[in-house]
Amino acid sequence: MSDRAVEVRGLVKRFGDVEAVRGIDLDVEAGETFGFLGPNGAGKSTTISMLCTLLRPDGGDARVAGHDVVRERDDVRRNIGLVFQDPTLDGYLTAEQNLRFHAELYGVPKAIVPERMRMVLEMVGLWERRGSLVQTYSGGMKRRLEIARGLLHAPRVLFLDEPTVGLDPQTRASIWGYIEQLKEQEDITIFVTTHYMDEAEHADRIAIMDQGRIIALDTPEALKASVGKDRVQLQVDDEAAAIAALRERFGLDATIAEGHVTVAVAGGEAFVPRLFAELGVPIRGVSVARPSLDDVFMSYTGTTIRDAEAGGGPDPLMRIMAGRR
Amino acid sequence: MAATETRPAAAAPVQVVIPPAGWRADLRGIKVVWQRELIRFWRDRLRIVTSLLQPLIFLFVLGGGLAQIASAGTEGVDLRTFMFPGALAMAVFFTAMFSAASVVWDREYGFLREMLVAPVRRGSIVLGKCIGGATVASFQGLLVMALAPLVHVPYSAVMVLEVLALQLLLAFMMTAFGVMFAVRVTQMQAFMALMQMVVTPMLFISGALFPLSGLPRWLAVLNRLDPLTYAVNPLREAVFSHLTLTPAARAALLPGITWFGWQVPIALQVGVVVAFAAAMLSVAIVQFRRA
Repeated sequence: MSDRAVEVRGLVKRFGDVEAVRGIDLDVEAGETFGFLGPNGAGKSTTISMLCTLLRPDGGDARVAGHDVVRERDDVRRNIGLVFQDPTLDGYLTAEQNLRFHAELYGVPKAIVPERMRMVLEMVGLWERRGSLVQTYSGGMKRRLEIARGLLHAPRVLFLDEPTVGLDPQTRASIWGYIEQLKEQEDITIFVTTHYMDEAEHADRIAIMDQGRIIALDTPEALKASVGKDRVQLQVDDEAAAIAALRERFGLDATIAEGHVTVAVAGGEAFVPRLFAELGVPIRGVSVARPSLDDVFMSYTGTTIRDAEAGGGPDPLMRIMAGRR
Repeated sequence: MAATETRPAAAAPVQVVIPPAGWRADLRGIKVVWQRELIRFWRDRLRIVTSLLQPLIFLFVLGGGLAQIASAGTEGVDLRTFMFPGALAMAVFFTAMFSAASVVWDREYGFLREMLVAPVRRGSIVLGKCIGGATVASFQGLLVMALAPLVHVPYSAVMVLEVLALQLLLAFMMTAFGVMFAVRVTQMQAFMALMQMVVTPMLFISGALFPLSGLPRWLAVLNRLDPLTYAVNPLREAVFSHLTLTPAARAALLPGITWFGWQVPIALQVGVVVAFAAAMLSVAIVQFRRA
């Protein structure tokens, strides 16, 4: 048995004719925080469902906490904690009752339940509200309670599927605070999916998934360094002319992303004066940004994650062409 | 192998060891689901009242209204007295269906997923649900039972126990029946519509509201095929055995169930319900495993 928390080889899942996950490989070391990044519909949730034994793979192997997700389903289940995108709490029960049921379903020894319950509830700041019906909770409180519940049975691997989606920035930040705190307190591996690029920075390593495949896998720093270029965005009236001029005068391939002409350039600041001097197309504004995970995503897929979710960006053709490059 | 290794850290977490799967885990699963059913039933007082309403309307409004017309055929027995066992069945029936409906609800609100990923067998979740449904429905049945004197049925400990046992069985069967469908249906409205379509005819055909004597042939055939028939008739027997009836009234109101002219003994009738319950439970479990 390896001490890897997650081991995936050639994992495939089809829904009818659609191949949602197209043979992915993945290793997550014990103790790691692993970010799983990609636009909605990339296959992240399908992958996580297979790892959590909720979906049967159509091909390949996956082991979680040392157990096969198909053949040793119950062993996998005992060793994982889950926090789903959608709430899975019983609103008619109190927070305490929800946790108590969870403890019993998982067979947490009775003697340690009160202590453990207090610990997880205090961690997410809900100890005082433990007697309230869950239906009176706000969205953020429910998510925090789900995290507490996912931790109650001390899982070795905690899966968080979009734990911050639909929450306000403050609550999002506090949820990441709990995750960091958790890493210090427990010997736990965290597998988290998100489509917020900025959140992925919290992870030790990141896999970027797009259209059912893993297109990049490394530390956030290494991924950003691999891009190496700054992102320059131009506000212009005639975008087509600007793209053509960038190609002619500078030999740069520009795309339209999030409504702006976007181009990747090494040394972005020094490029701006040349741009104004030589482009020959009126410019209304320019912004320069250091490479972010967004740029990583863009350099691999030719589109930003937000445009990918909007359905292929302003020009779907551009995405297809970029994908073939 | 220990399920968790804990490092001696500054804030040492509580050592938690999750036991492996097995029959103990399954028992826990049954218990948790059952308990939850009870807690939710108790929280939802409105449901207790509304589920009582239906049998009471049938018993006192319909029964009271038709009593005059029906008096010629009931051999001196109050129509409400005759319909009382039917009302007992009905109370159990609707509450059990409601318990089954909560599977659809749980799916919609996500709690089903929490149960599906737990390290317990899915069968134990279904079984817990059915036992839970049977418990709350029988409680509801007891409330209707308490009204016995209002329809000229005297209290008797034996009768209450017999009725309770039959109600438990009926409720278990109906919850399993409901879960069988509920697992497949993803929308509450669809489930409710389906139940209206299936359950109301089943209830009417079972003879809960009319005696089985002198039915048209097609109705008699349907009646014998309806699993509810074999629960309603023993219920009526249990209640009527504590009343003093003229032989004529007994013949008219309590002809019993016949298969091709053969009088089916009560024990076999109960056996039919047990068999139906077991079959429905198995189907529900198989469906649930695929969910």
